[in-house]
Amino acid sequence: MSMDTPLDLLKLNLDEKVFVKLRGAREMTGVLQAFDSHCNIVLSNATETIYELVDGELKSSTKGSEMVFVRGDSVTLITTPSD
Amino acid sequence: MLFFSFFKTLVDQEVTVELKNDIELKGTLKSVDQFLNLKLDNISCSNESKYPHLSSVRNIFIRGSTVRYVYLNKNMVDTNLLQDAARREAMSARK
Repeated sequence: MSMDTPLDLLKLNLDEKVFVKLRGAREMTGVLQAFDSHCNIVLSNATETIYELVDGELKSSTKGSEMVFVRGDSVTLITTPSD
Repeated sequence: MLFFSFFKTLVDQEVTVELKNDIELKGTLKSVDQFLNLKLDNISCSNESKYPHLSSVRNIFIRGSTVRYVYLNKNMVDTNLLQDAARREAMSARK
């Protein structure tokens, strides 16, 4: 009986849409194409959302990209999108 | 090792690298190593007005740890091959 490690669960999300939380008040959704043990990831059809406080008000901006590599040291969590 | 191999397949293609200090550099990927340090040729800075100090530089070495994103074109990547490589990497990483 082998136990799944947390990263083994990520395998189930390959080719599926994922939601990734990043350092610096950033989030990214996209289709998971690859990952490794450092949480380096490649997403396709990705949308990045950046949250900023401007004069005490929360502002968000988005940026799309068809294929992006995200370095693992910026990644804080990976999950399935809520919608 | 997966992403080292992945980036090796992207050598000589045009990529855009976003650094953790928000500088964005577009250039031809010339070389990569196991730390995902990158060498870019013929670079242009997408937000040059903000960072004019790079406007005279054509050829740079980027320390891997300072990279936030690398933007690629869809047609540079065989997604089926990449997903299979990721599954195999996940398999071999567990010992």
